[in-house]
Amino acid sequence: MDFNLTPQQQLMQQLMRDFAENEVKPLAAEIDETERFPRETVEKMARFGMLGINVPKQYGGAGADTLSYVLAIEEIAKVCATTAIILSAHTSLACGPILAYGTEEQKQKYLVPLAKGEKLGAFGLTEPNAGTDSAAQQTVAVPEGDHYVLNGSKCFITNGGQADIYIIFAMTDKSKGNKGISAFIVEKGFPGFSIGKKEHKMGIRASSTTELIFEDCIVPKENLLGEVNKGFKIAMTTLDGGRVGVAAQALGIAEGAFEETIRYMKERVQFGKPLSAFQGLQWMAADMKCAIEGAKLLLYRAAMVKDSGRPFSMDAAMAKLRCAETAMDVTSKCVQLHGGYGYSREYPLERMMRDAKITEIYEGTTQVQKMVITGQLFK
Amino acid sequence: MKIIVCIKQVPDTTEVKLDPKTGRLIRDGVPSIINPDDKNALEQALSIKDENPDATVTVVSMGPPQADIAMREALAMGADEAILISGREFGGSDTWATSYIIATAIKKIGEYDLILCGHQAIDGDTAQVGPQIAEQLGIPQITYVQAMRIEGDEVIATRQLEDGYAVVSAKMPVLLTAIKELNSPRYMTPRGIFEAYEKQVRVWGFADVPVDEARIGLKGSPTNVNKTFSPEPRGKGEMLEGADRNTVKALISKLTEKHVL
Repeated sequence: MDFNLTPQQQLMQQLMRDFAENEVKPLAAEIDETERFPRETVEKMARFGMLGINVPKQYGGAGADTLSYVLAIEEIAKVCATTAIILSAHTSLACGPILAYGTEEQKQKYLVPLAKGEKLGAFGLTEPNAGTDSAAQQTVAVPEGDHYVLNGSKCFITNGGQADIYIIFAMTDKSKGNKGISAFIVEKGFPGFSIGKKEHKMGIRASSTTELIFEDCIVPKENLLGEVNKGFKIAMTTLDGGRVGVAAQALGIAEGAFEETIRYMKERVQFGKPLSAFQGLQWMAADMKCAIEGAKLLLYRAAMVKDSGRPFSMDAAMAKLRCAETAMDVTSKCVQLHGGYGYSREYPLERMMRDAKITEIYEGTTQVQKMVITGQLFK
Repeated sequence: MKIIVCIKQVPDTTEVKLDPKTGRLIRDGVPSIINPDDKNALEQALSIKDENPDATVTVVSMGPPQADIAMREALAMGADEAILISGREFGGSDTWATSYIIATAIKKIGEYDLILCGHQAIDGDTAQVGPQIAEQLGIPQITYVQAMRIEGDEVIATRQLEDGYAVVSAKMPVLLTAIKELNSPRYMTPRGIFEAYEKQVRVWGFADVPVDEARIGLKGSPTNVNKTFSPEPRGKGEMLEGADRNTVKALISKLTEKHVL
């Protein structure tokens, strides 16, 4: 067993740390405050080849391993959780399923521009009445001649309105429940496809989260992703990959808050000594460090299992569960250690705490992760 | 056009401390980076290559085997090839011996039009190796370069001086030393990182570089370090508080007294 990063992974970490520090961090507070989508950062990530990190080189990506991708998300999330999820949703949820299930034509037409960063991607599964119960899809797709006609709506879609290419799930056979769902590649300009209401959120406020509306939306038959009625499996395996990305985001948030707090504890003096000299507070820091490093090991292992080709659902679920809970717990404690300054927008801690909460909810709630884990344990 | 860029892997001195007893750098656990000015030199080479696709950029460094990662970083930024001069025999070389070894290696590479170096390394701060390489090779040098362009077979460069700047030109081949004002170094790309490991970093040992053994290492180095130490911390500064006219007057008189104004 080797706990060392490869030289490639070390360089990737160094690159993403520099990028996060120089390009992402300076915008983090402002885009949170104004809920402005950081288009300029997306353009920079595209220019520097960061939107196709783990897409094979033959499709325009960097051909990196999953752990390198995790390190990239983690470094960005340390300074800005919003930017991290824009990248994660694009990579895991849009590039991921096209790479895994797309035809060669679909890969050339959609994956290549996504990986090169010419297009941004999104993923539409959740509906107003199909959240955790994602099989209860009400969006329908009816075949007609050389195309499908989609009707229905999606909600809480990350990169909604900003993305050019959407992976959309819809019922092709209502009688079959989750065995009647199919996946489609939908372009922004397809007739009958429009963007609905934009959400105003507690955290990750600059990520564009919107409704997607399909009114007699025409989708060519060649844009069916995978086989008819096999879409639920595509959704579930895509989310396994997505969970690795969200876990990396959560871990990064925890680490970012923790680094800020260690620095603060050395500087902040009360009762004539720095906070770091109070044993009660030292012990809080020790507990946080253990939680972060434990979550990191689960996550890095999940990434490596994914690359080994072995089933990784349970590893991804455990990593996502532990990283998200660690993010929430650590950021809350870090706000506490900063006292009034932690609660003030002058410091990034309150933003990090608001951002952390979503990691316990999206791409499978904490409770869903436990369902996945126990489903494997007791099968 | 053939461009050679000399780089050095250095400890990130923003994170380095001195051992108060020995006066030496505590290098344990300190990350190593490409010397910042050298990255400006590399960026200049790469931007010339951007505009002249025929140009090649060869990165040369002398250092321990661990400097491999710095070579890979240079490749991941876009350099074409990398040569690491590495061997025990080279250990202990001062700037004169180092520049002799690097110049000898450059002669072995053969043809070149431009050699770019950072003006100084953040660990030694000597600013000697670049100019000495030019001397050893017998080519012109332009130091402290903040801007440059190529016209025909000439380089026209702006040198930063303490009280202004000077624009000078020299026929190629020429060696330039870069300062940070020259440009902003590009990032590596994720793809570049993985391709950097598909390329080869050539490692040249003692047997590969035709140097005179008496002129390298400790015995070939005229420099002797007698002592290293941290400078005494300066006394506490004097704080003037207030935002009124009298405080400003007091400040101005203090600054005038110290010949700052």
